[in-house]
Amino acid sequence: MFVELNNLLNTTPDRAEQGKLTLLCDAKTDGSFLVHHFLSFYLKANCKVCFVALIQSFSHYSIVGQKLGVSLTMARERGQLVFLEGLKSAVDVVFQAQKEPHPLQFLREANAGNLKPLFEFVREALKPIDSGEARWTYPVLLVDDLSVLLSLGMGAVAVLDFIHYCRATVCWELKGNMVVLVHDSGDAEDEENDILLNGLSHQSHLILRAEGLATGFCRDVHGQLRILWRRPSQPTVHRDQSFTYQYKIQDKSVSFFAKGMSPAVL
Amino acid sequence: MTPSEGARAGTGRELEMLDSLLALGGLVLLRDSVEWEGRSLLKALVKKSALCGEQVHILGCEVSEEEFREGFDSDINNRLVYHDFFRDPLNWSKTEEAFPGGPLGALRAMCKRTDPVPVTIALDSLSWLLLRLPCTTLCQALHAVSHQDSCPGDSSSVGKVSVLGLLHEELHGPGPVGALSSLAQTEVTLGGTTGQASAHILCRRPRQRPTDQTQWFSILPDFSLDLQEGLSVESQPYSDPHIPPVSKNAKARTRKCSLVSGQGRENKSCRGWGWGQGF
Repeated sequence: MFVELNNLLNTTPDRAEQGKLTLLCDAKTDGSFLVHHFLSFYLKANCKVCFVALIQSFSHYSIVGQKLGVSLTMARERGQLVFLEGLKSAVDVVFQAQKEPHPLQFLREANAGNLKPLFEFVREALKPIDSGEARWTYPVLLVDDLSVLLSLGMGAVAVLDFIHYCRATVCWELKGNMVVLVHDSGDAEDEENDILLNGLSHQSHLILRAEGLATGFCRDVHGQLRILWRRPSQPTVHRDQSFTYQYKIQDKSVSFFAKGMSPAVL
Repeated sequence: MTPSEGARAGTGRELEMLDSLLALGGLVLLRDSVEWEGRSLLKALVKKSALCGEQVHILGCEVSEEEFREGFDSDINNRLVYHDFFRDPLNWSKTEEAFPGGPLGALRAMCKRTDPVPVTIALDSLSWLLLRLPCTTLCQALHAVSHQDSCPGDSSSVGKVSVLGLLHEELHGPGPVGALSSLAQTEVTLGGTTGQASAHILCRRPRQRPTDQTQWFSILPDFSLDLQEGLSVESQPYSDPHIPPVSKNAKARTRKCSLVSGQGRENKSCRGWGWGQGF
């Protein structure tokens, strides 16, 4: 995890809030560093993590995780991490006969109506084990990324329904957290993605939006991060808080600074 | 003094604003955005209605019942009838707990009431329903439930009905929004500048020209309103009643009314969170 990002979000693995939905969004840049941050954050918090990884392979996340101080292989072996490797599973679903319902079985169906099998997979992965002893702190669902589901033929409302049921189960019933990534392509004609992005924005407690710089590529500033806190438990006199920082991604960390305050230019 | 009179009495323009939103009855459309959320105002109106002695029904689709009730004291919570469509709105659990017909069925069931007590129905949210139901079906249900107190030839005296609908503007196209707008007796469009929220209120009184005003406010932890003095623009006839108040015009008027010491530029820069627009 990135310590500076924890400072900006005023959180640590041992005192994170529960029952929250965090939306990650990237526009004209790659926001996957945020996914790696929260994956390592919640593993270090001793959470039971269900990771629906639709973009990269397990080995990719594992290599990055090692740089951030977590072993995904060990986490999976001890039962802390349930990893759905979308790339691999999609091949199995399409080219092999399935005897049991598969989380991604909508790929086989001509008119896939909903993502109920995927939700049932998540629910099964994160349900408490009746062992009499709480081994993990709380459950966490991580999805990278939801825009892929639109590309695979699911409608925006179907994806929103999936997230709705996950929120009801993970956030409300199990008092866990959710972190999901959605791309903002910037295409005004992509109505489905806009519905998904805006719909999730209204449901989220925290929105992290990574954006490319308007001026283009910069060696010392890789982008800017906008942070918006929403839905406080009590309404406050001041409305939702929003902050913007620029950042530079390094080998094992990310540094954040105020706009125009990059160490390279000071 | 009856409880209703007591609740509506008192000083402060807070009561005027909430009263003005509830006075006409019918559909009250609360249009919010990612940056300016409207659930707090919805809860403030729910609280106001409950204190006035009205029956208050909540169709909860978007957040849990616990989250919606959070911040209300026990007196208010005891007056709310909560219809939970958050846990299993699509009946994926295949249990018998789901309300037959779902949220639409519950809404239609409220058209069949016959008692004279005024009722307020809060839809949290109207956007949730509009994404999953045909627009015409939803509009028909809303029209039926919000006008049941004015049905001609009805011998029973049904009490006033107010329907509070929370609508997330970015989720819908101009067609559905326009259809809902045409049904609404009152429209509230939320916006603001840095740290200060505003409500642009459009009222359509029967046999009168629509009037609109802008009110600056904030909502306190107990869901009462703190109105800001000096910045509100008083009610005035809406300039062109034949042109529906689409969001761009309404917000442009809000920006125009809030031009104080260069705030217009601030309004433009902070109004959009930037989804699909680029900053």
